[in-house]
Amino acid sequence: MSTPHPLAPEQRAIAPRDLGVLIASLVLVAAPHALRMPWWLTLAVLGLYAWRAGIALQRSPLPSRWLVLGLTLLSIGAVYLEYRTLFGRTSGIVLLVLFSGLKLAEMRTHRDAAVVAFLCYFLVMTNLLYSQSIPTALLMALALLAVTATLVGLAAPQRPLAANLRSAGVLLAHAAPAALILFLLFPRVQGPLWGLPQDAYAGMTGLSDTMTPGALSQIAQSDAIAFRAEFEGEPPPPRERYWRGPVLWDFDGRTWRMGPDWYGQFEPPRGGERYDYMVTLEPHNRTWMFVLERVARLPLRARYTHDGMVVAARPVRARLRYDAASLARPAPGASEPPDGLRRALALPAGGNPRARALAADWRRGAQSDLQVVQRAAEYFRGAGLGYTLEPPLLGPNTVDEFLFDTREGFCEHFSSAFVFLMRAAGVPARVVTGYQGGEVNYVDRIITVRQSDAHAWAEVYLPGSGWVRADPTAAAVPGRVDAGLARAVRAGDPVPLLMRPQLEWLRGLRSNWEALAHRWNVWVLGYGVERQRDLMSRIGMRDADWRKLTAAMASVLGAFTLALLAWSLRRLARPDPVQRAWLAFCRKLGARGVARAPHEGPLDYAARAARRLPQADASIRAIAALYVGARYGRDAARERVAELRRRVRDLRLA
Amino acid sequence: MMRAPLAAPRLRDWFHGYRAPERGAITLGQRRVYIVPTRLGWLYGATLGILLVGSINYALQLGFALTFLLAGLGLAGMVHTTRNLARLTVSAGRAEPVFAGEAAQFLLYLDNRARYDRPAILVRHLASGAQVVLDLPPGAVREAVLAVPAAARGWLPLARVMLESRFPLGLFRAWSYVVPDVRCLVYPRPERAPLPAPTPDAEAGAARVQAHGSDDFSGLRAYQLQDSPRHVAWKAVARSDDMLTKQFAGAAGIELWLDWSRLDAGLGTEQRLSRLAGWVLAAERSGARYGLRLPTRALAPERGAAHCAACLQALALHGIE
Repeated sequence: MSTPHPLAPEQRAIAPRDLGVLIASLVLVAAPHALRMPWWLTLAVLGLYAWRAGIALQRSPLPSRWLVLGLTLLSIGAVYLEYRTLFGRTSGIVLLVLFSGLKLAEMRTHRDAAVVAFLCYFLVMTNLLYSQSIPTALLMALALLAVTATLVGLAAPQRPLAANLRSAGVLLAHAAPAALILFLLFPRVQGPLWGLPQDAYAGMTGLSDTMTPGALSQIAQSDAIAFRAEFEGEPPPPRERYWRGPVLWDFDGRTWRMGPDWYGQFEPPRGGERYDYMVTLEPHNRTWMFVLERVARLPLRARYTHDGMVVAARPVRARLRYDAASLARPAPGASEPPDGLRRALALPAGGNPRARALAADWRRGAQSDLQVVQRAAEYFRGAGLGYTLEPPLLGPNTVDEFLFDTREGFCEHFSSAFVFLMRAAGVPARVVTGYQGGEVNYVDRIITVRQSDAHAWAEVYLPGSGWVRADPTAAAVPGRVDAGLARAVRAGDPVPLLMRPQLEWLRGLRSNWEALAHRWNVWVLGYGVERQRDLMSRIGMRDADWRKLTAAMASVLGAFTLALLAWSLRRLARPDPVQRAWLAFCRKLGARGVARAPHEGPLDYAARAARRLPQADASIRAIAALYVGARYGRDAARERVAELRRRVRDLRLA
Repeated sequence: MMRAPLAAPRLRDWFHGYRAPERGAITLGQRRVYIVPTRLGWLYGATLGILLVGSINYALQLGFALTFLLAGLGLAGMVHTTRNLARLTVSAGRAEPVFAGEAAQFLLYLDNRARYDRPAILVRHLASGAQVVLDLPPGAVREAVLAVPAAARGWLPLARVMLESRFPLGLFRAWSYVVPDVRCLVYPRPERAPLPAPTPDAEAGAARVQAHGSDDFSGLRAYQLQDSPRHVAWKAVARSDDMLTKQFAGAAGIELWLDWSRLDAGLGTEQRLSRLAGWVLAAERSGARYGLRLPTRALAPERGAAHCAACLQALALHGIE
């Protein structure tokens, strides 16, 4: 046993062809990362790949160990310079991509190549941390095919590449049912298992818990989807689609902040029109869940704050689906306790003198809070304030400057100024942020709400009526709530591409695509603990805990493996047509007492049989000659095989 | 307890899949194919473990999908590796006799009756380490030549041959043992020694001593099948269509007895056999008619390849059969 094992991967040097496939796989898996990396790191990675390819093509020796070590230290330094850390998610992945190039530089044997192939599988996973969309999935499927073909090529160095690609495809096709079984039945647990790097959720966008001038208009330039809502029956008209998010109480002259979030007693409102719907919320790394105003039935396991927010127990870091119901234009709600009202009247000590004077003027001329609010609404309607996605920068007196100097802003300016004016006039008020509107997909009737639908409005407290919504933006720019952002902003403002009204055909295409993407989100990406339990109960497994699921998974998977094995070997059980004809011939002769001895070749056997059965001499010899020609010669033409079968069938020995 | 020494090797044989030599074509049933993960396979498993933990931690559903697809790939790889060996048909060809010290060339025919190819199949003779890697296209028969060193005269059985495959992913190693019932005849190692002087033999009574020159050409006669090719008169053959054999006056007339009992008394059995083997070759080369006398049997004087082979076989099997 001392001779080297020719199949052992550490014994075999890597061939240029396998290296080529491996580098192609690496390029596929590293491509999405490259788009996120600074250009010079991308160039460095490509350079490393090209370097190794050049070494293989010129058959020059591999670089020395010291050179590779030096380059490794250099890459670590470069990544640290760029990201100021080595252990964040992004920096760690960039380092891994660089290491894949360095590992190539010292790769000699099949074993090293297989390790790089496994690293490719790992890099596929790191791509999914950034995007789990359908295009990413397709690209990664292509990468899997390439990596698997690399492994096949390593195991069969003499085989043509096309055959290896086909084998990889067949293997992946055979793997798919097993993957489906595991995907459906593997018990899901609520992650994470341990702390994640600090930048783990860096990519998630959404509303924040504060509002400064210019913050919302930043978000509103994004096409990213915030959530989708699927209504039972007709969805509400656009002007009723106020999706409530964070409620902001405290103002320091520039920034609005949330109040202390104590939980309140949820009292469902009464009256008004009821809407039942299901929301698929994109992860945004915050606890709040968006519901239509005013919520009448809370989602499961959600909590309700005193100021009417619906929040989850944990930050939403995976796509979340929940059912809720809401009432449009409900009967007056509960009254606010006195300390809440005090809070809703608080203003910073100084600043914005012109706004304060305007508010005092309204107060003097009004008999009730309601009249103050009406005066304010008229003011906003008639003041000619502009609505823009690119609001001018504001100085220290944000409200004054917006109302009297720059005179244009985004909804955060409108709501901030309105609430300031209300409080200055003695009417309790607060800012509500969230989303307004959303677009109905005509394919699946699902409303898609994007970051560009982000909105801020106000609520005022009126004795007897409770908190009442007041949207100064709607008063100043009625088009905003009826027709969406694109029609409301000035011409020439940079509206997100898909919000532009001219591109109707593009929107149609997008509707179809998004209907598909939504299904993908719900059925693939949203397959978590809840959905698994749902599906299991639907197919008859009640209270699917991990024990039941594991048992089911093991048995179904075992059955599948046996079936696959049986299927793979199935075609072998039947001999080929030539052999079948020959066996039939042997049986016929055997029945006449001339059985073939195990050592007898076909020609010897035929000669012996012909002597014993002289009346069939010619046919026996002809059959044997045909058989030998078809089986051992190059004469396996279809006609010859057919002739063999016909002659065997017609052989009469009686 | 008395049976334990008997039972233990049997148990071991069963465990390792040893079996008695088999005649004819051996088709590897799928139960005869053993499979374990390779070191790369374990590394792959560890990679899958990391991917799974990552998917759980980041609640990545597509990560789960990837992990499970790769797990399924491992499973499919296992099935395909088994398939690469299962139902392969192995049969042994004839092994030509060799002299001790040379390598016996065993021929194994690997018959792939499947419609898929079976790449990179290792055929390895376990006792000697002789090995060859074959690619079997669909429906093809390929021969594996195993050069097994023949150390001692007698019958050299092929013994256990391992067939191994790691195709398609290298994550699993499937193997199977076959013991085809084939053996190679190993002649004694021939000793280079001068031929003994031809002596009159009473029993044979035919030793006619003529001239000494053993290479004196005396004429042509018709070719006989057992004539050595080196005595064929090729020039004469080229002129006519008849095969003619040169006759040598010296040797052709001699009858030589190669006799065990007339060797040095001090020689051991194997040395005697070696010397006799050397003499047989020398005598055959000289063109003389020679007989072989062993303690157990005697071969009457004759000449030609068949007689030479018979003499060598008698020497090879002396004391064995």
